[in-house]
Amino acid sequence: MIKGLIAVFLAAILTENYVLNKFLGICPFLGVSKKLNTAAGMSAAVIFVMVLATAVTWPIYYYLLVPNDLAYLQTIVFILIIAALVQLVETVLKKYMPPLYNSLGVYLPLITTNCAVLGVTMLVIEKATADASYTYVYALVNAFGAGVGFMVAMVLFAGVRERLEACDVPKCLRGLPITLVAASLVAVSFLGFQGLVDGLLGT
Amino acid sequence: MNAILLPVAIVAGIGLLAGLGLAIASIVMAVPKDEKAEAVLEVLPGANCGACGYSGCSGYAAALAKGEAQPGLCSPGGEQVSQAVAAILGVEAGQTEYKTALVHCMGSYDNTADRMRYQGIASCAAAAQLFGGTGQCSWGCMGLGDCAAVCEYGAITVCNGLASIDPTKCKGCSKCVKACPKKLISFVPLKQQAVVRCSNCDKGAVARKNCKAACIGCMRCVKACEQGAVEVKNFLARVDAHKCTGCGKCTEVCPQHCITLLQTGQAFIPYPKEPA
Repeated sequence: MIKGLIAVFLAAILTENYVLNKFLGICPFLGVSKKLNTAAGMSAAVIFVMVLATAVTWPIYYYLLVPNDLAYLQTIVFILIIAALVQLVETVLKKYMPPLYNSLGVYLPLITTNCAVLGVTMLVIEKATADASYTYVYALVNAFGAGVGFMVAMVLFAGVRERLEACDVPKCLRGLPITLVAASLVAVSFLGFQGLVDGLLGT
Repeated sequence: MNAILLPVAIVAGIGLLAGLGLAIASIVMAVPKDEKAEAVLEVLPGANCGACGYSGCSGYAAALAKGEAQPGLCSPGGEQVSQAVAAILGVEAGQTEYKTALVHCMGSYDNTADRMRYQGIASCAAAAQLFGGTGQCSWGCMGLGDCAAVCEYGAITVCNGLASIDPTKCKGCSKCVKACPKKLISFVPLKQQAVVRCSNCDKGAVARKNCKAACIGCMRCVKACEQGAVEVKNFLARVDAHKCTGCGKCTEVCPQHCITLLQTGQAFIPYPKEPA
């Protein structure tokens, strides 16, 4: 059980990285990775929302949608729930943790429509349908791992971009083009983790 | 029929629940907004420069609304903003003290020279780490323009190896003060007054050898001043701006010509003039 959870966690960070392998959440990945501290702040918010969203959407899917044969409503219902959830988190933070609210700033509303969050909630359910041993706990660990993976990608890429600032880039590639090239190289490097977790834990 | 109504009911129900929940949450956890602070924030320039001593314009607005701060601390905004803020708060505007940043150095290439041919990163911060800077005088301006680079108002020009600040353009945001690795820039009140444009604390003979316009701590200015506004500490003269009347007697006796009068209301002439 523990071994399985660790495998799921590591796989979510390295081999199934939502940004670099599944190409979800690219807009914050490119938009907020200019500075290391904002990247870390955004990632912390994403981790929190991913776990919370999975924790809420999973029971709704299995206890409300499936019994009524409404699994096809998954996407629209999940979007609705995630949006409401993020708004609620924002209100709570504003009231009880103003410093955190101020530091997260615009990133919280950005997460509302973040495809990575929706992707996590839907992909864990896809996995659970394929594999009966994949339970609620696995889904939560997977969501947490996906958030940490997002953070790893953001922080790594923020580092790359800080190095890019000092480089003499050809004029035609300056700005977004060179950023996209760099992003693709980072994504290619993450391909190297393929099969690592299976080999490491022998699952 | 049920196949259509049920999904509609469920999605509508979830939406309604979420909406209700959010509405209740926003009422229960409403954060009282300070209307005064919002109104004050509207009139502040929004430069977030920190010259007022608070963390950005919103910090200053909050302090103003609470009555902890005085209007008139905002130097980019000046008189107009000070009066607008006072009108919102319903208090006297008070006197805004105008100040300008000043480079306390006259080490242009007319007066001093470089002791190395520096070819590194074109930044004072980098050059300052190399044997104490590029100039012969290790206290003086290197003229690589870190201050000019951070100035958002284009008030700083570097010419002939020396930065100088246009008091008519300077808004007093203090970015250049922080940027100078030699700590040559500081604020002086914007009025006619004598200013010592040197920061060299070496002994007179050493200072004179390195720069023709260095303060050698000869005390002549101290003796000439009738107000007792000048003092010499660590071989460097300093002028107390509040005591100085701008009579100019100290500038006449200075053998190094490093005390100058700060003129206001004149067209700015960068010192020294570009060699023809």
